[in-house]
Amino acid sequence: MGSLIESQTGSEDAGFLATRMDSIVNWGRKNSLWPMPLGLSCCGIELMAMIGPKFDLARFGAEAARFSPRQCDLMIVAGTLTWKMAEAARTIYDQMPDPKWVLSMGVCASSGGMYDSYSVVQGVDMILPVDIYVPGCPPRPDAVIDAIMKLQKKIERESPSRELFSPSERDESGTGLFQMAPNQAVPRAGDGGQEGGAR
Amino acid sequence: MSETKTFDYVPAGPADIKVDRDDPLHGELLKLNMGPQHPATHGVLRLQLVLDGESIVSCDPVVGYLHRGKEKSAESLGWRKFFPHTDRLDYVQPLLNNIAYARGLESLAGIEVPQRAQEVRVLLMELSRIMAHLIYLGTTAIDLGAIALFFMTFTEREKTYELLDAYTGHRMNNTYIRMGGVYADLDEDTARAIRTWVEAFPAKIDEFEAMLTGNAIWYGRNKDVGVLSRADCLDLGLTGPNLRGSGEEWDLRKTEPYSGYETYDFDVPVGTVGDCYDRYLVRIEEMRQSAKICLQALDRLEKSKGAEFLLEDRRYVLPPKSSVHSSMEELIHQFKIVTDMRLPRGTAYSCVESSKGELGFMLASDGTARPLRCHVRAPGLLNVQAIPRVAEGRLFSDMVAIIGSLDFVMGEVDR
Amino acid sequence: MSTLERIAALLPAGGYVEAPAGKAKDGILTLEIEAEALALALTRLAPEAGFETVTLITAIDHMDADGLVRGKRFEVCYQFLSLAHGDRVRLLLSVDEDDPKAPTATKAFAGAAFMERECFDMFGIVFEGHDNLRRLLMPEAFEHHPLRKDFPHRGIEPDKLYNQWNRERGGAPS
Repeated sequence: MGSLIESQTGSEDAGFLATRMDSIVNWGRKNSLWPMPLGLSCCGIELMAMIGPKFDLARFGAEAARFSPRQCDLMIVAGTLTWKMAEAARTIYDQMPDPKWVLSMGVCASSGGMYDSYSVVQGVDMILPVDIYVPGCPPRPDAVIDAIMKLQKKIERESPSRELFSPSERDESGTGLFQMAPNQAVPRAGDGGQEGGAR
Repeated sequence: MSETKTFDYVPAGPADIKVDRDDPLHGELLKLNMGPQHPATHGVLRLQLVLDGESIVSCDPVVGYLHRGKEKSAESLGWRKFFPHTDRLDYVQPLLNNIAYARGLESLAGIEVPQRAQEVRVLLMELSRIMAHLIYLGTTAIDLGAIALFFMTFTEREKTYELLDAYTGHRMNNTYIRMGGVYADLDEDTARAIRTWVEAFPAKIDEFEAMLTGNAIWYGRNKDVGVLSRADCLDLGLTGPNLRGSGEEWDLRKTEPYSGYETYDFDVPVGTVGDCYDRYLVRIEEMRQSAKICLQALDRLEKSKGAEFLLEDRRYVLPPKSSVHSSMEELIHQFKIVTDMRLPRGTAYSCVESSKGELGFMLASDGTARPLRCHVRAPGLLNVQAIPRVAEGRLFSDMVAIIGSLDFVMGEVDR
Repeated sequence: MSTLERIAALLPAGGYVEAPAGKAKDGILTLEIEAEALALALTRLAPEAGFETVTLITAIDHMDADGLVRGKRFEVCYQFLSLAHGDRVRLLLSVDEDDPKAPTATKAFAGAAFMERECFDMFGIVFEGHDNLRRLLMPEAFEHHPLRKDFPHRGIEPDKLYNQWNRERGGAPS
């Protein structure tokens, strides 16, 4: 995490830690990703294998898969997303609290893959903003773990404190507590990812 | 002094759930939507339930959340290019689906598969069956609270992945079956590795059974839950372990043998009551029998070493790459097969005993390079259809056991 | 008693013919049957001829690549299995494009319900007597029958229903 600087005070038993706000928040976020496993098809089986005994996603702090979107911050879209399922997927994404990331696992999720057909979404980025794509049909669990490590690097570069300390977010009641912005995912502008529609 | 009371064992059935209509709190039905994103529905199945307290009044399965248009794809892709799509039907047993489809093509074309290829296929089919049943066991157990079983079954499944990885080059979705045989011969090292695993596997089944079969919670949540009589099964078109769990000894490997199954020595386990517990026992025993068949197939493969594993019929089977690069004639064959492989006019239905039931392909050819129709007879769809029959009138908590034990994979249900 | 004899015992003569040799490559007895005879057969197959279970119900669209249809456009295919006799039978009914109707098998086989709903969804074949004939795989509001030959593989406005839903809830356009 780089910039945690430990420093000694005069007293022998009380120490303190000086670091940047961004570093400490990002450090916490990246090492405790809670995946929302949107296991749609074949990739879902590999996702289970990834959480399972051999690959053990717990090594990266991301094994706490929760099926309730309100407890998650990493959505793993594992498999073919159909237009019928797209409404459910979008609803689940909207229900996840900020900050949140999306991992598109496998070619079907990334681009429609081998299903260039009437019922399949040609890439989940048509309906969701995607942070990281993993190729493969299905990708091997090691590939997805690599993607999660890359996502952790990406999270490291974010600046959450800018949001926390921005004037609009500051609490005026004088309690000194910061109020996080409510989850405004539903009508947020510029949330639609890349230009999609009828491709 | 306490007195010990004994009760007669009365199986709980739909009629046992009594609703107190006079209860002032009674009367409000609850509509509950379960899925399409729910950990216990094993995929993207959605169930629209109407609950009266804890009991299920009605249940309406909604499928199609994974409808990928496979049958339409077959019509535009052509006969050969549909192979990879079959893997992704029931994606816990890709090779078994490949074989079902290949058998359809072979019967349309009227070609015979060499003996060694049949032996490899039998081996792969039984490995696939074990892999599928491991998924059934792991996911159903985790839904009913036995998380350790998930780790135990997945440890074994990882080993089978490694075996398939060694043979086919990928963990799942292998697409290793071709019309007229298999893509490559099984080498000795892989065969030895498979044998080592298969020999050790029955001991693992004993471990699973030690965890579950006599376990009071497992027994209580499965016994007399989801009872399907033989007549119910036939009415609903159920096949496979679900039908056998209800006491009907119907296994396509015995009744309509293919790939030489009639020459293998194995038993068909059947249940008596047709509840979730019986279906569990049937699948456990099927894994043992599959391991037994695997060993027999490995023995035969040892004897038939070096024999032909892919038919040399240049109308349908691609020539080896080495000769394509050196022979003009073979290059023409390659080109012809890839771009314009035609099958004779006609209709053929081919089926295999998959882990979910009778997996069939109804193929219709009009003599062109593309199928006129390629229909997948998905056993999973019928298993889903059976949910309301057994769930209505039962407690909501039984739903999880029922979904798990009817065993379906949405890729196949929705196609 | 052969499969054909068992079926023949159920039906009046003339309602069906055996499919031309070479049509069925798999050796399953295939009969081209008329609607009335089929409706009768569907009720009597299970109790009288021992065909206890339905294997599949689907259709075949005979429109060719140029959009031409010779004869009747759809062929509805019913296939049954007899466990007691260990044999199968396939019944084919030709239906017109203008009036794609076929008799339901749900009265005798509960398992046929989803198969017929799927066939209706994919081809638009109306199964008369089916008491819950709705789309199975595609959303209820979907307008086309995807497995018809004149429906393009990539679909017609595949994202229409999603966009409609998205607009209604005030979501950003995607």
